[in-house]
Amino acid sequence: MTRRRRRLYFIASSMVMLGIAAALILNAFQENLVFFHSPSEIAEKGISGERRFRLGGLVEENSVVKGDDSVTISFRVTDTAASVPVRYRGLLPDLFREGQGVVADGSLDEDGTFIATEILAKHDEAYMPPEVAAALKKAGQWQGE
Amino acid sequence: MVNWHRLANPTSFLKWSRRVLPWASVTTVILLAAGLYLSLFVAPPDYQQGETVRIMFVHVPSAWMALFTYAVMAGASATGLIWKSPLSHLTAKAAAPIGASFTLLALVTGALWGQPMWGTWWVWDARLTSVLILFFLYLGYIALWEAIDDYTRAAKSTAILALVGVVNIPIIKFSVDWWNTLHQPASVLRMDGPSIHPSLLVPLLVMGGAFTGYFIVVLLIRLEREILARQAQVLRRAQLRS
Repeated sequence: MTRRRRRLYFIASSMVMLGIAAALILNAFQENLVFFHSPSEIAEKGISGERRFRLGGLVEENSVVKGDDSVTISFRVTDTAASVPVRYRGLLPDLFREGQGVVADGSLDEDGTFIATEILAKHDEAYMPPEVAAALKKAGQWQGE
Repeated sequence: MVNWHRLANPTSFLKWSRRVLPWASVTTVILLAAGLYLSLFVAPPDYQQGETVRIMFVHVPSAWMALFTYAVMAGASATGLIWKSPLSHLTAKAAAPIGASFTLLALVTGALWGQPMWGTWWVWDARLTSVLILFFLYLGYIALWEAIDDYTRAAKSTAILALVGVVNIPIIKFSVDWWNTLHQPASVLRMDGPSIHPSLLVPLLVMGGAFTGYFIVVLLIRLEREILARQAQVLRRAQLRS
């Protein structure tokens, strides 16, 4: 075996081992690498009490209710399988609307309502001009929510 | 046809590079002018983001180039370690600051888009965090070159650092698929075709071409400078010894 060959194999095998190590580490920290939890996960794991976490999903259609003081808002976050009621006081991002992705930071109160302290809008990967979106909706081809 | 083997020789590389550079520069300027015109005046606003979508025409090519530059750097480092080709380590060294700049540009434009769209400048999700790590990898790589005086030792150490950092590249690319993140999944490089309308995709691809051209031009200029600096250093050593 030439020295070049040996170096090539050494580097290639080191890279493979490094890759395996990284995969194992990332797998072990899976739980800490997710940015938010879905309503189904919350039901499954029975998260409750004071623990702060992020809740993510879609704002359920026809669920947004503005409070009397017009800064309190309540709505439901759904992943189509389960949903969680959310209450929030504060400013909302531009993209917040029914059917749109949302990530809320906060914790659950005793009766299972998620009290959010921060609301972030989640944007999806579809980009198109307004006329195209309107035409798709009209033709009943709308893939979105 | 280009004789690639001959390009590994510094002197013939310099000759070749000086012939290519004017053409590459002109192409880059034309692509950038066309790309900016298409992105700012021709492309329509997005149905949800409105005019803010135009940030994407800088943000996405920067992010692509941040990853591409790292791939070039790591590839050059590997060839340098294995075949000890004279230009490899200098290519990697010349590429690093360009990659760091692209990464910073992607992070800054991303924050400017995130504030109005998401409602925050920054979150610690898997995509944003792994790109920030890429930026620090570039800075660490540059610092390591500066920290070691002996050329051979510096070349070897930095090449190993560059290769170790390669694990981060697939993590950045697939972070949006493996974990749920605030950052949206890929719109262009995805299995079932782009989820972006052609009227927005074409300007983006032209900008991608312009960024690639810019990378080639700056890399050639920086590499030329690195070669001359290295040759000067070797000559000075030889003079001192005699």
